[in-house]
Amino acid sequence: MAIEQDEIEKIAELARIRIADDQIGEVTQRITEILGMVDQLQAADTAGIEPMANPLDAIQRLRADEVTETNRRDAFQAIAPAVENGLYLVPKVIE
Amino acid sequence: MHEQTVAQLAQGLRDKSFTSVELTRAYLQRISELDQNYNAFITVNEENALNAARTADQRLASGEATPLTGIPVAHKDIFCTRGMLTSCGSKMLGNFVPPYDATVISRFNEAGAIILGKTNLDEFAMGSSNENSHYGPVKNPWDTSLVPGGSSGGSAAAVAAMLAPAATGTDTGGSIRQPAAFCGITGLKPTYGRVSRLGMIAYASSLDQGGPLARTAQDCALLLNTMAGHDPLDSTSAVNAVEDYTLSLNKNLQGLKIGLPREYFGEGLDSATGEQVRAALKELEAQGASLVDISLPNSDLTIPAYYIIAPAEASTNLSRFDGVRYGHRCADPENLHDLYTRTREEGFGDEVKRRILVGTYALSAGYYDAYYKKAQQARRLIKNDFMDAFERVDIIAGPTTPGPAFGLGAKSDDPIAMYLEDVYTLAVNLAGLPGMSVPAGFVDSKPVGLQLIGPHFGEAQLLNVAHRFQQATDWHTRSPQAGGVV
Repeated sequence: MAIEQDEIEKIAELARIRIADDQIGEVTQRITEILGMVDQLQAADTAGIEPMANPLDAIQRLRADEVTETNRRDAFQAIAPAVENGLYLVPKVIE
Repeated sequence: MHEQTVAQLAQGLRDKSFTSVELTRAYLQRISELDQNYNAFITVNEENALNAARTADQRLASGEATPLTGIPVAHKDIFCTRGMLTSCGSKMLGNFVPPYDATVISRFNEAGAIILGKTNLDEFAMGSSNENSHYGPVKNPWDTSLVPGGSSGGSAAAVAAMLAPAATGTDTGGSIRQPAAFCGITGLKPTYGRVSRLGMIAYASSLDQGGPLARTAQDCALLLNTMAGHDPLDSTSAVNAVEDYTLSLNKNLQGLKIGLPREYFGEGLDSATGEQVRAALKELEAQGASLVDISLPNSDLTIPAYYIIAPAEASTNLSRFDGVRYGHRCADPENLHDLYTRTREEGFGDEVKRRILVGTYALSAGYYDAYYKKAQQARRLIKNDFMDAFERVDIIAGPTTPGPAFGLGAKSDDPIAMYLEDVYTLAVNLAGLPGMSVPAGFVDSKPVGLQLIGPHFGEAQLLNVAHRFQQATDWHTRSPQAGGVV
């Protein structure tokens, strides 16, 4: 199926990936090809088939509600791009 | 020393033919001399490897050793290693030094194995040629103009070039088996959930599975013994008891029924590759196995189902890379939106972006039923085909890949041609089954792999069949001449 460039722009926005103006054409072309290939699936008869999310049809296990982890904030923040006073820094969100 | 298998090296350490320090130093020396030809390693663990080897030598002397104590192992750079760069082949994680070890790494450390270094891979394990790495392509030790396969291309090349006796890899759609086939070594993708995914950077969580790459099935069994087991920190980790995979390696194959899916021997299979695989199957037949014609009728749904499910899960998993808590951050962001979008533009390579976009599309409002739900239904049909087949046969066999390794650059501009390379391996991941690739001969001096597929938790039987095959053939003992390797 053909997909329009503005749809790719919308998807890229949802995925929070900037695509340069000079690349959007090629990206649109590639994604169209890939979606064209996966569209073969539409011909498959899947009526009444239960979707399978886990190959062993396993369900989520629950664990006891116990504290198992220690506070490792310093170790985690040591690898962050920008921190101050134990907080992660990002550009100003509210003007 | 470097020509020996893990089993032989373990014996050598016990016989005091050499120490772990000598062994580790020998491999580090080979890496420093030869890896410039292959680019198999992203990080070499020079200093710490020798320290660990000293500790291992003490442990060997004390009699408290495990079969892997003192054995150097290379790890795919997708497994988090505390205090050591874990890049996942991406610029996004080019500065990421994890504060914790993956469970697989902890298990090797506890066993006393030595971390030789971290191996190159397609970025975030997305690729079939190792050309998608931010750290440059890996070259096939058999012929450096060829790709090693992917995404565990660095691990496969390191073992084939004898820069490591064994390595870890991960397999989401063939990423252990296909590079093992292309590099002429043995690789095992275990049952989904058999090996912990904790600290194994996620690509497609319902498909990802870690496993060993080595020169022999026996070595794969030794490594799997260490890797496999329940991990309470991975909610999809299997609770089934772990066997000692070395115990049944020698069992005879009398009466074994091997199913040959006609869909895996049809159009698209290189004829010379098919001949090698058939010859390998004749060997198994000579050992008492019977070959049974079977069908996996929904095989044509495999590639489209995979290329919806894997990108959909990837788009979700990779949303964590936002430039806030770790990894790459763009310079001088104007605002939070700019921080996110430019960090991700700069940090991800083209193929990763493509898969995130396809996955985001498949999961977006209005398309979910037509794509993701439909693919999950197809996934069940594909699994049911295998379950039906295992009513009639013990294992399934066929080619690992449609042909031998292709040239560097031959398919890198054509994503769909690259996707078709995984036509025989993807279904195993969709169904959560264990699969192996075993060296089965050569086409034009390029290695070819025999793929063995088992029922869930049938790893011991696959290793048994592979081991018996390797007792009767010498394909797995051949080694590439490139780079002075004999």
